[in-house]
Amino acid sequence: MAVNFLYPDYEVTRNYDKCIACRACERQCANEVHEYLADANKMVCDDAKCVNCHRCVSLCPTRALKIVKSGNTYKENTNWSGKTINELYRQAGSGGVLLSSMGNPENYPVYFDKILLNASQVTNPSIDPLREPMETRVFLGAKPQYIKRDGDGRIKNNLPPQLSLSMPVMFSAMSYGSISYNAHESLARAAEALGILYNTGEGGLHEDFYRYGGNTVVQVASGRFGVHQEYLNSGAAIEIKMGQGAKPGIGGHLPGTKIVGDISRTRMIPEGSDAISPAPHHDIYSIEDLRQLVYSLKEVTDYKKPVIVKIAAVHNVAAIASGIARSGADIIAIDGFRGGTGAAPTRIRDHVGIPIELALAGVDRRLREEGIRDHVSIVVGGSIRSSADIVKAVALGADCVYIASAALLALGCHLCRSCHAGKCNWGIATQVPELVKRLNPEIGYKRLVNLLTAWQHEIKEMMGGMGINSIESLRGNRLMLRGVGLNEKELEILGIKHAGE
Amino acid sequence: MKRVYVNEKWCLGCHLCEYYCAFAGTNEKDMARALKDIKINPKIKIEEKDGVSFAVSCRHCREPLCVKGCITGALTISDGVITIDRDKCVSCYTCILSCPFGAVSPSDDGAVQKCELCVKTTAGTPACVKGCPNGAIVFEERG
Repeated sequence: MAVNFLYPDYEVTRNYDKCIACRACERQCANEVHEYLADANKMVCDDAKCVNCHRCVSLCPTRALKIVKSGNTYKENTNWSGKTINELYRQAGSGGVLLSSMGNPENYPVYFDKILLNASQVTNPSIDPLREPMETRVFLGAKPQYIKRDGDGRIKNNLPPQLSLSMPVMFSAMSYGSISYNAHESLARAAEALGILYNTGEGGLHEDFYRYGGNTVVQVASGRFGVHQEYLNSGAAIEIKMGQGAKPGIGGHLPGTKIVGDISRTRMIPEGSDAISPAPHHDIYSIEDLRQLVYSLKEVTDYKKPVIVKIAAVHNVAAIASGIARSGADIIAIDGFRGGTGAAPTRIRDHVGIPIELALAGVDRRLREEGIRDHVSIVVGGSIRSSADIVKAVALGADCVYIASAALLALGCHLCRSCHAGKCNWGIATQVPELVKRLNPEIGYKRLVNLLTAWQHEIKEMMGGMGINSIESLRGNRLMLRGVGLNEKELEILGIKHAGE
Repeated sequence: MKRVYVNEKWCLGCHLCEYYCAFAGTNEKDMARALKDIKINPKIKIEEKDGVSFAVSCRHCREPLCVKGCITGALTISDGVITIDRDKCVSCYTCILSCPFGAVSPSDDGAVQKCELCVKTTAGTPACVKGCPNGAIVFEERG
């Protein structure tokens, strides 16, 4: 095309005083940005191909590279931003739906950043977690509603199946197919080492990973890929995926080009066929239908595994959660609008759903008001970025959080948001063998273990500061939270006071 | 004894080990200064073909043919590490011909060169091991 409407978003800046022309950048860029000119003994690059994944920057041995925003600008216009104009040009050129990856990057409020934690002073002394025991273990699942006794008056064990986690964190669903074998192995091994759970996503469970079953949540989603009796029984829990925070209301589509070899076998679909997950479960049009699926899954696993129902945080999330709590589900997972994805239509990702903080507070209140909070545990996800987010989520009523973007970041992801291109330079969101091998699980799992070990220390520090020695005592403890810069309505929904009150 | 081992499963063929090796050999502080506009001649080299790649450097054999064949006694083995006395080497290249791994090579200034596990550099741990981004080169005890 003679007219190129799109100027590159980034410029790859090379300091030629530092560049030793080792060509590592060229060899490591799947987007073919860098090129070596042998006659000049010089590296050159094509900025237009750069997705800003930082692989070359991270590997450059002399730190000769950096990536900067290209300064090119349109005439300033707050209504028609450069991004809006570029997206329009792109669609005018392609006629297609815009695709994006990872979480919503737009400028919506992050409520976690407007909530502050308490600490003890003088009275109710704080606790030093290095000297005193501090409990971060949580149990997920329905809790007994009443005490049952046998004929002799002895208490009968009527505890429904529980998940025991060393800390209130699980790796959330990412399918084998959307992420690589090595990424899955890293997550599985880290979950086992940490005493937490990871999640298969809707891609089935690779036969190599059945040995991590005790640390696996197996997912059943609308496409039912890879679901069979052995699969359902291999995990510690089963998750029914009704929705995903990044794309509420729509299904999934893994292109046929990615359905190769092991992925085809694991998903139980022919090689090269598109894996299309429908928007709804075609057998679920009501809470009663959901209940049927919940009990079908419990039946097939002999009532030994908790069933999780995962929904996206949408406008009526509290009422929906109330229905799910009555459907027989043991755990409700709520995914906020900032949750990540391997691919979603940009407009859906950026404009559908609600913040997880508000959804969580609303659901927790509704279930308490209806006296059914103990029927379910609540797990929240959708951009939990740090241990502070976890502590705030627990104080807002969550039993546990799901992390995925944070886990991928630990594995090397730089949030370039190009997963849908399938050429992940970090070996995470790709199935190209020479790219997949860039993620060595031996390194990856240790980085995940490091991250969560660090977070666990921080959680203990924050709890200790509040004078709390068990995470269970923090759950729903909104007095430990204060809002800053929030209006009356926001404070009311969150159920917290403003700082200074 | 700890040796350098290579796992081609994780080798990305990025060739960074070669550059870290060459840099370690200079004992310079700044890599850009040390290697700018220089054609490197490292002691570890990437072999690659048809999507398979791996780094090759001295195996520090228990019964090293290079040491046996050395006509001047320049190559010696002590504590398992095979090192070269550059002053004694007469560049007859017998060692290069006899090494079954191709791990000995001519240097740029007369004597032959080979991996000496960075015992003569300031790197401590062999520089190739430290610099490998994917854990494909390891320095460990394997009996």
